[in-house]
Amino acid sequence: MTMLHDSLVELIRRTSAEIPDDVLQSILAALEAEKKGTIAEAAMKIIEKNIELAKRKSQPICQDTGSVIFYVDCPVGFDQITFHETAREAVKDATKKGFLRQNSVDSLTGKNDGTNLGPGAPTVHFHQHRTEDVQVRLMLKGGGCENVGAQYSLPIEKLHANRDLDGCRKVILDAVLQAQGKGCGPGVLGVCIGGDRATGYEFSKQQLLRLIPDRNPVPELDKLEQDIFKTANELGIGPMGFGGKTTLLGVKICAANRVPASFFVSVSYMCWAFRRQGVSLSPAGKIEKWLY
Amino acid sequence: MIKLSLPFTEEKIRALKVGDAVEVSGVVFTGRDAVHKYLHEGGKLPPGVSLRDGIIYHCGPVMMQHDDGSWKCTAAGPTTSIREEPDQGQIIRDFGVRAVIGKGGMGDRTLAACKEHGCVYLHGVGGAAQVLAECVKKVRNVYFLKEFGSPEAIWELEVENFPAVVTIDAHGNSLHREIFAASQAKLAQLI
Ligand code: SF4
Repeated sequence: MTMLHDSLVELIRRTSAEIPDDVLQSILAALEAEKKGTIAEAAMKIIEKNIELAKRKSQPICQDTGSVIFYVDCPVGFDQITFHETAREAVKDATKKGFLRQNSVDSLTGKNDGTNLGPGAPTVHFHQHRTEDVQVRLMLKGGGCENVGAQYSLPIEKLHANRDLDGCRKVILDAVLQAQGKGCGPGVLGVCIGGDRATGYEFSKQQLLRLIPDRNPVPELDKLEQDIFKTANELGIGPMGFGGKTTLLGVKICAANRVPASFFVSVSYMCWAFRRQGVSLSPAGKIEKWLY
Repeated sequence: MIKLSLPFTEEKIRALKVGDAVEVSGVVFTGRDAVHKYLHEGGKLPPGVSLRDGIIYHCGPVMMQHDDGSWKCTAAGPTTSIREEPDQGQIIRDFGVRAVIGKGGMGDRTLAACKEHGCVYLHGVGGAAQVLAECVKKVRNVYFLKEFGSPEAIWELEVENFPAVVTIDAHGNSLHREIFAASQAKLAQLI
């Protein structure tokens, strides 16, 4: 097996068993913020203990190890075909080792061959850059939270949402309201304003690669992120929808151009079991640095 | 924190109210989509499985089999319950179920069945696979493994201090409904 293969298996193991530090810090802050003795606090305590146990035992944080999605930043001339093949082997081996559940089902036959391989499984996104380094980010996106993602086509009369930032705010908050109790909150929102239906969802998911405490460089979006975060956490939905102070751990929003006829707002929801990690690789495929 | 030991009595279940934190100990049976469909269509429980005064747990655990044939539970969090909404009320009635454990809550039909027959819905912490697996002290048996596959089989689990919250009680109350209404009203103010 190549060094790249081993590095990718280790990336999968660590992503599945260890929550990244920025997410952990926000979960600890949420635990601190809940009123003592409430069921919300009890739920956050169980979540904290679960994170600790999974890391110690090197076992999946959540049994739904999700859709396996790689994001690869690579130099010009990088061999994408070999990378993709190696990633598939790594997923198969990580499944055998129990870092991933047998979690991939043929949509036509309903069969699960236990390999986690198939059309779109895993998904690999490549992006070229002009530097020599290779960075691989991995997201394991659970099904329960993916199910509560939503795409809104503005205007929406029922929600009084027009084609402006206020309309965006209304539909994003509606998504939070509708997701309650279902996506294993508290969660993180990734949002894309604009784009077509496919890029809108794609970009919204990529927002989840940002660090939770970072700030948006675009002032309008930064303002909207802060506003949604504050407002959502005043709704009293709380962890698991039990009621409480923390409904969201973070909000990340980007904008993409749209055609005049369309105005989509796409919302991806990530559960508390926020599994993403990343590595910088040497040209030989050795892990040089962890990115989160 | 209310300690609940299986089997339950109707009186004990009716004493619970929405928002109560409980810890369950005793023998529970898992069942998800395939089991609910089978029972709904008139299927019989295999000998050794009784839900009467007991629990059905919406869970597809991750199990490992030792060389001697015994099982170890490595992950055992709740799965989304609403998928079982069409059949749950009937199963509560026909099999005398006293508690359903799952996540995400259930709908009006289950709520009505809980009220009528003396049953509660217990919400586990979604995603807490490791903590909940630690509460499983023993895997006693498995039924329908060949027919339904591992996640969908009926697993007989001995659990200790399994934490959950009553979110539907036997008096027609639903925490899910309450929080949805309250948060919707709050959002209307803030928007
Ligand atoms: S939503 Fe997330 S935490 Fe909940 S079961 Fe799915 S993957 Fe696990």
